[in-house]
Amino acid sequence: MLPSSFQFERPSTIADAVRAVGDFGDGMFYAGGTELLLALKMRVIRIDRLIDIKGIPGLDCIAVNGMNEIEIGARCTHRKISGDPVIREHVPALASLCAEVANIRVRNVGTIGGNLCFGEPHADPPTMLAALNARLVLEGSRGTREVHADDFVRSEMETVREPDELLRVIVFPRPAGPVTYRRFKHGERPSVNVAMAWSLNAGGSTIRSARVRVGALGSRPQPLPVVEGALQNVAVTEVRQAIESALPAALDQLEVNADRHGGADYKRHLAGVLLLRSADEAVTAGGSWLK
Amino acid sequence: MTQLLAISFSLNGKTIAVDVPAHMLLIDLIRDRLGLKGTKRSCDMEVCGACTVLLDGEPISSCTTLAVDVDRREVTTIEGVTPPEGLSPIQEAFVLHGGLQCGFCTPGFIMAVTSLLKTTPHPTDAEIRHYLDGNLCRCTGYTKIFEAVKSLAGRQDAA
Repeated sequence: MLPSSFQFERPSTIADAVRAVGDFGDGMFYAGGTELLLALKMRVIRIDRLIDIKGIPGLDCIAVNGMNEIEIGARCTHRKISGDPVIREHVPALASLCAEVANIRVRNVGTIGGNLCFGEPHADPPTMLAALNARLVLEGSRGTREVHADDFVRSEMETVREPDELLRVIVFPRPAGPVTYRRFKHGERPSVNVAMAWSLNAGGSTIRSARVRVGALGSRPQPLPVVEGALQNVAVTEVRQAIESALPAALDQLEVNADRHGGADYKRHLAGVLLLRSADEAVTAGGSWLK
Repeated sequence: MTQLLAISFSLNGKTIAVDVPAHMLLIDLIRDRLGLKGTKRSCDMEVCGACTVLLDGEPISSCTTLAVDVDRREVTTIEGVTPPEGLSPIQEAFVLHGGLQCGFCTPGFIMAVTSLLKTTPHPTDAEIRHYLDGNLCRCTGYTKIFEAVKSLAGRQDAA
């Protein structure tokens, strides 16, 4: 299929891009197009103007900033993130996640910012970035604002981003402990994903705090506060028991869409399985994280 | 009024200058305007890999790429890796190992393998499987394709 016709603009600054896109929703930012072009071809989205942001310098940088935070430019492709030395050193689980997105062709052009802005409920990055406590920096006609990854996706295919806000960069604290991500892929049925980030004490023997997010079950990534509470100040060697005892109550709190791929109870069960496997992985990785 | 944009790019080493509508897809430019029919359209949603071409040496889905995005870049299609006489070593390996039957997915596979061997001349079994994960073949069952690629590992003339 062919998209219906549109005007194509190539601004070279963020301010020009924001002006060009307008705030009526008849213009859209465009980078990799791996999701947007599909929607345009199927004519489920119709736009008058496509604003190509690939000519704006600085949107594809990855660095550790002065606050010991990791910054990922929104226009970074999955391929770039998966091979980036900073990401591979500090958040190898994010590098692996990006190395498994869709296929090689999508990873070559698809961007992490586009992925987030689409709000696809089965996507991998939103769950992971919420577990990493990331903030998303948006540049719009009314200035700059930061949104926590937890608050960014509102519902299926819907985010809190205004039409004229450009996602510029994703920022999160450099992890202070192992980070894990496991999923049943979209296409493997049913799709479920679980991300977990631990902050360890100086000796690496105890979890100071943990962030756990489950994705693809409801309309957006969800926290597991009962598990997070159970992991606080727990010795790494005691993790499995702590999770196992907290799990039934924690999984009950999840909003789960039952569908033809699986009932709600089955999907909850799978989330628990992935979480326990992640915990085993994190315990093993905890040792290497200290070196 | 459809907006026309002037683009200039290298197609299989030859410079092409054309005016294209902003919403034109690369596959339509290649097949319909420029008449190179080796690139196949199949799923039309970046899943099957039949439309794979190389953009600056990297595989992309030409069915879901705007023609304007290849401006000032290098596009390589199956015609660009096929010698005037006979077959390239990669094509030869696919024939020798029976890595094709109906042949519809083959141009996409050849392009993906071209890129794989350029970046990873000695791919492991896992690397071959991971890289070709996004190219679908409904005939061969993949084993023969895998064997064809494996036979090329480390061959100087393959990439």
